[in-house]
Amino acid sequence: MLNFIDTVGQAVAGIKDGSTVMIGGFGNAGQPFELIDALLDSGATDLTVVNNNAGQGDQGLALLIKEGRVRKMICSFPRQSDSWHFDAKYKAGEIELELVPQGNLAERIRAAGAGIGGFFTPTGYGTMLAEGKHTRFLDGKWQVFETPIHADVALIKALKADGKGNLVYRKTARNFGPIMAAAAKHTIVQVSEIVPTGALDPENVVTPGIYVNSIVKVA
Amino acid sequence: MSIQTSTTPLGRDDLARLVARDIAPGSFVNLGIGQPTLVSNYLTEEQNITLHTENGMLGMGPEAKGEEIDGDLINAGKIPVTELPGASYFHHADSFAIMRGGHLDICVLGAFQVSATGDLANWHTGAPDAIPAVGGAMDLATGAKDVFVMMTLLTREGVSKLVEHCSYPLTGVGCVTRVYTDKAVFLIGPDGVTVRETFGCTFEELQALVPVPLVPFDEKAAGAVVGV
Repeated sequence: MLNFIDTVGQAVAGIKDGSTVMIGGFGNAGQPFELIDALLDSGATDLTVVNNNAGQGDQGLALLIKEGRVRKMICSFPRQSDSWHFDAKYKAGEIELELVPQGNLAERIRAAGAGIGGFFTPTGYGTMLAEGKHTRFLDGKWQVFETPIHADVALIKALKADGKGNLVYRKTARNFGPIMAAAAKHTIVQVSEIVPTGALDPENVVTPGIYVNSIVKVA
Repeated sequence: MSIQTSTTPLGRDDLARLVARDIAPGSFVNLGIGQPTLVSNYLTEEQNITLHTENGMLGMGPEAKGEEIDGDLINAGKIPVTELPGASYFHHADSFAIMRGGHLDICVLGAFQVSATGDLANWHTGAPDAIPAVGGAMDLATGAKDVFVMMTLLTREGVSKLVEHCSYPLTGVGCVTRVYTDKAVFLIGPDGVTVRETFGCTFEELQALVPVPLVPFDEKAAGAVVGV
């Protein structure tokens, strides 16, 4: 069921404490700042957040972490020059970290949306990030078994949506949006523009509307 | 003939120029983050190289300046870049399928250590208080057909980073094929570590610095060395 929603506050109002929330973006590109701010205002807490990073500077995901709303981060690259809020929480033992190689993170999210129960990948074999995981020699190389990452909610940013919820993105801000939209039970999208149904060339639709539940336009 | 091709060690830019020169025309290449991105400054139009960036783009152009800067167009190091004609965008799972699927010809990475059998350590010092961050390093190391490393040969304490076995946590096993350093270029293959050329030192002086048996490059046997 697709809904067009007036405000970001209403869009995130159903997110419960303890939810797993996927948040799109690579660094700041594609990060749905307005939806994250609304999630912060909603008071939802004890969240597991899936994102490539763990927040930058004093905005978006970094503030959610600073305010203690995130119990666990699943990400590939938490440490950056300006990830001070995550760094402080991690060093204080106040946030759990599941570190995942970036391609495994992407494929685990994709697998969830595609109904795959797990997959073998060569990435990470022989490293500490594969410790304790099932391995097999397949297709000429050692591979590691990885499981899907599901989520209750995805918050993503796209450029445009049409009346059917079809999405197009902009440049490298696309990043995790399409796979997170498919992996979450409920996908909330902030867009810069809502266009009439039929205005997007079907050949150019990146995320079909079947994966989208809520759309909110932000300025 | 001496394999010493320079009387002084190479600086970062000279090393980047050398790596750029060694990339075959028409290659699809990922330059990681940090020092290896310098290589792009020395790629020529005639080489027709297509640059991949892990956050979802082929056909990446030079760093964006002034009005070109667009927050939606960044590279893996989160630096604003430009797009070249013929560029394409794709989502993260596709971007890493490009790596894992063996479609990239070369990636160039930095390293803390490389072992004599091509093991790479470049993501974590293993220090107990360090916050680990891996990004796409393991995927690149495992997926690209050739993994080139650019690094200084010695640590600040004067210890070789080319080692028998890595003491830092591994990024990938047996993945590195070449190591470009300020003092020498090393080729890593099934027959061990071959020194292609040295800069500012003789082969014997180099061997004294590196705790791994080295073999000087033999032009007559060059057919046996892949990719030279």
